[in-house]
Amino acid sequence: MRKYVPKDDVQKKSYYTDRFWVAPQVAKSPVESDDVFASDLAAIKAKFEVIDSYIQVEQMVVVINPADNYAVAQILKDECDYNQLSECSAIDWLAKKGQFEVFYQFLSMSKRKRVRIKCFIDKDQAVESLNPLYRSADWAEREMYDMLGVKVNNHPYMKRILMPDDWVGHPLLKTYPLQGDEAASWYEVDRIYGKEARDIIGPENREPAEVNRYDTERFGRLGHEVSRGEEFKEDQAAKPLGYQEEGGVFAVSKFQEDDAVVITDRKR
Amino acid sequence: MQQPNRLRPFFENISFDRKDNEMVINFGPQHPSAHGQLRLILHLQQEQITKAHPDIGYLHRGMEKMAENMIYNEFMPTTDRMDYIASSSNNYGFALAVEKLIGLEVPRRAKVIRMMLLEINRLMSHLFWLATTALDIGAMTVFLYAFREREYLMDIIEDYCGARLTHSSVRIGGVPLDIPDNFIHDLKEFLDKFPQDLKDYEDLLDTNRIWKMRMENVGVVSKEMANSWGCSGVMLRASGINWDIRKEEPYELYDEVDFDVPVSEKGDNYARYKLYMAEMRESAKILYQTMDMYKKTVENNETALMAHAPQYISAPKIDIMTQNYSLMQHFVLVTQGMRPPVGEVYIPTESPKGELGFFINSQGGPYPYRLKMRAPSFWHTGILTDLLPGSMIPDVVSIIGTTNIVFGEVDR
Repeated sequence: MRKYVPKDDVQKKSYYTDRFWVAPQVAKSPVESDDVFASDLAAIKAKFEVIDSYIQVEQMVVVINPADNYAVAQILKDECDYNQLSECSAIDWLAKKGQFEVFYQFLSMSKRKRVRIKCFIDKDQAVESLNPLYRSADWAEREMYDMLGVKVNNHPYMKRILMPDDWVGHPLLKTYPLQGDEAASWYEVDRIYGKEARDIIGPENREPAEVNRYDTERFGRLGHEVSRGEEFKEDQAAKPLGYQEEGGVFAVSKFQEDDAVVITDRKR
Repeated sequence: MQQPNRLRPFFENISFDRKDNEMVINFGPQHPSAHGQLRLILHLQQEQITKAHPDIGYLHRGMEKMAENMIYNEFMPTTDRMDYIASSSNNYGFALAVEKLIGLEVPRRAKVIRMMLLEINRLMSHLFWLATTALDIGAMTVFLYAFREREYLMDIIEDYCGARLTHSSVRIGGVPLDIPDNFIHDLKEFLDKFPQDLKDYEDLLDTNRIWKMRMENVGVVSKEMANSWGCSGVMLRASGINWDIRKEEPYELYDEVDFDVPVSEKGDNYARYKLYMAEMRESAKILYQTMDMYKKTVENNETALMAHAPQYISAPKIDIMTQNYSLMQHFVLVTQGMRPPVGEVYIPTESPKGELGFFINSQGGPYPYRLKMRAPSFWHTGILTDLLPGSMIPDVVSIIGTTNIVFGEVDR
């Protein structure tokens, strides 16, 4: 029987995991252990529900409801002096929980602190754009939409940013294969020559390591070269390998295999 | 709509709108001063830009996707291709993020060597910036001079790791090699000469009338704008915000070295140019100090180059070749890859372009579950949307130049 391959996560998996292996955790400490973070968290908690909060690797992580993201960012900016939104993107948890995890990475220069705000949204749920507060959200949210298909409300220019506008699918989803999907293999053919040329050209080869010895358009086999496009015959006679012009080049005479002396006795 | 005839050919890059005299032109993606593959869609009133849409993605290689399908060590050479002008800084950013995830402490000598590499990369990047920006503006001589100096630095890097552009010179847990014998000597020779080189560039540019006209009061980034767009590095410091991650959130041994962070209040192109020049001097200062630090590690006989963490890092070569268990560990680490703990980190470093951050979400497997690279140039390209309107067409070139964007990093 063929091995079952899960369709909801086609990314590379470890081929072997010890059955007794338990993954360790990166230590989390309570927010109360840091005064600055504790007061920031209190400012958020005063107005909004905080689902989870902890400090991990010197940064505070706060999980909030997705509907509150704009208001919480406003508190962070106006009350807590987090003056930069340095990063915003999402993590695809569709296979495990059917959700996206959207995270916002904030920086406060006056406090020298970094905070990560997170919220979990369902597949078709949208988040509010932070663009009016931080202009950097403009491009970050476009990238998030482009790569993962997370929709953002009230964004001024919601358009794909890295992929072409008419691309099918969102590349960073776990369901999207590394080599690209079916639509990706036809994209350039359709764009350049039109759909009607599909039969003539065939799908794009998106496997970078592919070598096809029967394809004489693109590959040759050393010692069995045929002209470009000619049919490959299995019983073709081997051609002797020669890397030099017949007469040799200046100061180098051509190596003649027949004239070479083969040493069999190593003590000679 | 254009109506081409024999006297008025069809301009495929320009569309005229007769009604309000607005012209839309395409700048790039193959424009020589677009620094790679930037396409700008510019709306013009006469010579003045009213709207700008930077269009990126022409160099998108899907590195974040690749990262999810590679073991951690396998991904290291890919980071070279982000900011390919200073590739060690990307290697380092990634290595540091993974080390923080694991909780590794890197040996002191490795830290010193890393700092040397980082600062050499900063010099290389700034020299490249100076050369290309000066060329864009028309100063061919500076281009040739700066490239000459960059060549010396590339030779030094080549002596260390064998590569000139894509170094892969940092490993997770340390550095692969000790510096070669002539490294310090060559570096010192270069650094002793370097102030004179910098002075030569400044003599050519500082009071040059054309240079000043193209740079002064052009592309002014206000404090609010810089913060709002998430600017970092020189883009931020030229706008009067004193923020250098090496100083404020020190990593490696940056808290032990003595250097200044140049800041300017102006926010224009000229301020950024001055900051790049000043930063090169500071880098040279740091490099002198790292050379002394290296000598101290030699005196103290601190020879370790890689952290000792058999679960994550392969043992030194001599152990692998002589001890059975080290060989087994090495085999597992190479074929299956290390498995960092379950957790998340976001680690920012000060790359030559600005804040280079790596966000890693690990689920305890050998492949990162999500890796997000926060490349400074991405936001420095985004800011062009707000920065270009109001300026003239020739200013576009100098503004793109001083934002110092590298497209390997923007598109990833």
